[in-house]
Amino acid sequence: MSFRVHVRVMPRGGLLDPQGQAVEHALSALGFAEAAGVRVGRAIELEVAAGSRPEAEARVRQMCDKLLANPVTEDYLLEVEEA
Amino acid sequence: MLKVAVVRFPGSNCDMDSLRAVERAGAAAVMVWHRDTTLQGADAVILPGGFSYGDYLRSGAIARFSPIMQAVQRHAADGGPVLGICNGFQILCEAHLLPGALMRNAGLTFVSKPVDVIVERTDTVFTSAYERGARLRLPVAHGDGRFVAADDTLRMLEAEGRVVLRYEPSSESSPYQPNPNGSANHIAGIANATGTVVGIMPHPERVADALLGAPDGLGFFTSLAAWQPRDTPHKVPSR
Repeated sequence: MSFRVHVRVMPRGGLLDPQGQAVEHALSALGFAEAAGVRVGRAIELEVAAGSRPEAEARVRQMCDKLLANPVTEDYLLEVEEA
Repeated sequence: MLKVAVVRFPGSNCDMDSLRAVERAGAAAVMVWHRDTTLQGADAVILPGGFSYGDYLRSGAIARFSPIMQAVQRHAADGGPVLGICNGFQILCEAHLLPGALMRNAGLTFVSKPVDVIVERTDTVFTSAYERGARLRLPVAHGDGRFVAADDTLRMLEAEGRVVLRYEPSSESSPYQPNPNGSANHIAGIANATGTVVGIMPHPERVADALLGAPDGLGFFTSLAAWQPRDTPHKVPSR
């Protein structure tokens, strides 16, 4: 089976996110003063061949722990759908 | 004569400067390619600055899995010296040879200018030629230089005296903006517990020649050239 996996990598809460701050300032300057708590992360999509959905998720978690996210500074979320 | 391997990744751009600084200090230097699998019998390794693999994903994240890095990991595990400069420091953190990570500068801009740093630890392979507390004026040139680590890791680094270089607060005699990137505790460089693996953001290889002004950075390379492999116990020739 083939699965499409969406990985969302975000800077860990509590760490300074200067990109998020800069975007928030820019939104405010554009008149969107209601925007708050902006954080900037990274989205990665991939297709994975696996026997089952849990197997696909487990493999992508390994990919995240090894390469796609930095365990010191980032957290990640996975969304798995059948391709 | 001590032999130093300088690793060239696709995107390295301080590799020749590092090689020449090593030679200027009186040691032999060889360039090794990122796809090589041995260090050609070198006694020490330098991971130079630059933008390996275009800094894709995260600075150093992909270089860390280069074939040569397996040899560097073994070399470091055997007690062999490794110096990571700028991108090299980022690679050492990604490879977990040093703790923490280097994130986007707090000011978001690429910073390229001289900064003043204090040498806080001199019992490393790369800083033994300096006096403790010496102030060096070294160039920085990076976009991802903000050192970040978990609170307990920072406490451990401070308690064990593993901060090698720290950005100096600005003063009349030192007008440069302190801490160019927002690093935790103003950290500019750290070492492993034994002082054999060192990572620094500033570029000593760019100021290792009197022709380019005060050669404040040469000490990193003369320290290394004076290092005796037998100083480190348990070194197993595995190459």
